[in-house]
Amino acid sequence: MKFDTIIIGGGLSGLSCALRLQAAGRQCAVISAGQSSLHFSSGSFDLLGLRADKSEVEHPLDEVKHLGEMHPYHKLGDSLSHYAALAESLLPQWGIRVKGTSSQNHYRYTPMGTLRPTWLTFSEMATAESKTRKLGDKVLVANFPGFLDFNTSFVIEALRKQGSQCEVTLLDMESVNRLRVSSTEMRASNIAKVFESPEALRELIERLNHVAAGYDCVVLPAVFGFSDADLAAQIEKEVHTKVAFMPTMPPSVAGIRTQKQLRTQFERMGGTFILGDEVVKADIENGKVKKIYTQNHGDMGFTAENYVLATGHFMSGGLVAGTQSVCEPIFGSDVYYLGNRDEWFDKDFFRSQNYSTFGVQTDSHFKVLFGGQPSANLYAAGSVLCGADAMHELCAAGVSLLTALSVADEILK
Amino acid sequence: MNTTNDNNFEQCLKCSVCTVYCPVLEVNPLYPGPKQAGPDGERLRLKGGAFYDEALKYCLNCKRCEVACPSGVKIGDIIQLAKIKYSKKKPGLRENMLANTDFMGSLATKMAPVVNLSVGLKPVKLAMDALFKIDAHRTFPSYASQTFESWFKKNAADKQDAFPHHITFFHGCYINYNYPQLGRDMVKVLNALGYGVHLMKNEKCCGVALMSNGLVEKAKRQAEGNIENIRHSVKDEHREVIGASSTCVFTMRDEYPHVLGVDNADVRDSISIATRFIYRLLDEGKAQLKFREDYKAKIAYHTPCHMEKLGWGIYSTLLLKMIPGVELTILESRCCGIGGTYGFKKENYATSQAIGAPLFRQIDNSGADFVATDCETCKWQIEMSTSLKVKHPISILAEALDEEETKRLNLR
Repeated sequence: MKFDTIIIGGGLSGLSCALRLQAAGRQCAVISAGQSSLHFSSGSFDLLGLRADKSEVEHPLDEVKHLGEMHPYHKLGDSLSHYAALAESLLPQWGIRVKGTSSQNHYRYTPMGTLRPTWLTFSEMATAESKTRKLGDKVLVANFPGFLDFNTSFVIEALRKQGSQCEVTLLDMESVNRLRVSSTEMRASNIAKVFESPEALRELIERLNHVAAGYDCVVLPAVFGFSDADLAAQIEKEVHTKVAFMPTMPPSVAGIRTQKQLRTQFERMGGTFILGDEVVKADIENGKVKKIYTQNHGDMGFTAENYVLATGHFMSGGLVAGTQSVCEPIFGSDVYYLGNRDEWFDKDFFRSQNYSTFGVQTDSHFKVLFGGQPSANLYAAGSVLCGADAMHELCAAGVSLLTALSVADEILK
Repeated sequence: MNTTNDNNFEQCLKCSVCTVYCPVLEVNPLYPGPKQAGPDGERLRLKGGAFYDEALKYCLNCKRCEVACPSGVKIGDIIQLAKIKYSKKKPGLRENMLANTDFMGSLATKMAPVVNLSVGLKPVKLAMDALFKIDAHRTFPSYASQTFESWFKKNAADKQDAFPHHITFFHGCYINYNYPQLGRDMVKVLNALGYGVHLMKNEKCCGVALMSNGLVEKAKRQAEGNIENIRHSVKDEHREVIGASSTCVFTMRDEYPHVLGVDNADVRDSISIATRFIYRLLDEGKAQLKFREDYKAKIAYHTPCHMEKLGWGIYSTLLLKMIPGVELTILESRCCGIGGTYGFKKENYATSQAIGAPLFRQIDNSGADFVATDCETCKWQIEMSTSLKVKHPISILAEALDEEETKRLNLR
């Protein structure tokens, strides 16, 4: 099978790159080994949130110069702000409504009710302009009985610290309670599917109008809008008290919806999305990828003019660690890692970990290196790239989106 | 205590992505979901069978959990193997009736008009519902009065050696007993492409219905027989084996080694589905297809679960897109709910229809003339639950084919 570009990896990075190329008239295929880490989304996209000393970043674009020299953002140079603005304009075109701007971070809530700086937040999620801005004087935190992925004790503790008076209520609804038959399956995504039914939603809105009367704000777990963000908007509109949706532990309803929207948009534009398949082998001649082979298609290979590696970090299998070395398993491209295994990680789990910055090495155009030489037609984008410590810099989605859009431009040049 | 086994449950990261895509969990809360039923439960079951949960019977083996899993855990296989190893429920008369598709088929084709008439009658349906717990809402597929095999022997077999290339065709129970026309369409298309069609020496049902109804030993015997026949075809006669049904093909390639422990490694790559085989001939320039100018159709393609797992829906859709007069919509890939014999059982009927409902809505709103799909049980379910008829991609190719011109191109 022949395509103009084949993108390996169907997450935020791979699909953004594919959408951009497909829109420019290129025939693209995305090959994805299972669903992506958007399913664990916080509900926000970070650009740059924390400095090395853990202090919070207010203006991310101004802080990039202080990042380590290998950081992927440096390869974007002066185009960084251009790509950030481009991402902000493209997301709504792809059907993903977000709030926020790259010129100034805002705060998002964590599932613990605490605040973290971020760049863009899905339209329905609660945000705050500053750390001192409280949701209200009198806040009601509502949850469903048996739903453990939204911990109301943590949330009220955090909100009380901000100076809000907090109470908890349990929404005892038959339509949600039936999920408890299998107690392990009381999950955000399953609750969200219950509320796809207009009757269940109507009952919830009536219930909320009853229990939240007299409060300034009612906090709800973000379990609404599995296929359409408008569901949350409808709740906000029809509940008389201000509603704040807070992220839950994974799976993330807004993240799953975003993944679905990106894929649907790509397929609508004529793109080919191949799910549940893994690239197992590649023919490479003098640094040029000729053909790739997958698990499902066996000896029927895929060919393209250009290839994009967007396979993610260790957790997604984009990188694989051995006892003494780290490799990128598909092409065997150059990978940055420390030679001494003792230096890979810090025993203090919460400290910055060196292995976070390990990843594929590229030239300044994101062309993957083989033995120090750039490939003729293989690019890398997103968290497979070396140099970022996404967890401690709060930059994962920014790296994914911005490098993917830049790679698309490199291919279109 | 045995603390390890051959499946890869320990690769599970507990991310719970599989539970998002389980069609059963979405409508039936009694099912504990693929993560709990699969890798999480497996950890406990290693301690002993007392931890086995009979609710695993609700799994319809669609494998959509495996397609979604980012870590390559064989969740569906783990569940299937646990059912085989630990379930205390013994298959009854109903299970034997539903599972022995070839035995029932060979009986029914002998008396097809009587059988077709009677299983369509309300009192018979109600009796089957009451006696066997086969849901009365179900429409049984009708039986043909002549099997595909006997048609083939009388009308086609002796012409096949004359072709320049050769292929072995695994027709499966559905084509043989219910719908021989699809087999005839297959012969027509392959012959036009220059391929002589040959049947296996002793084809047995692939055994998928035996496996899902707890008749594992019999399934294993049939699998061994089929693989022996396939081996003969591939090694001695140098013929690939192709099927029309995505589930038969998937079962023989993957369920044989994973679930039944029947080794097929030496021939697995030579077992394929018809649309993949044909696409490949065209892609590699080894054959050409010419279509009629006057063929026009709006088609909606449904990806059967096992086609999704094989990753091969793309071959069927690429072929359909080649027909100039076809306007093709690819439906969002969702389970239709039938799960082979699953939806025929009274206790699963409501779940089955609820799983399929979003797909049925898509189909009814598609504006298509008919639906295309590679699975016969999806066809029954969709025809029963929507306003549209369903055709196999091979039948569509056969209808749209300019037979004379295609033959001229390939048989020069």
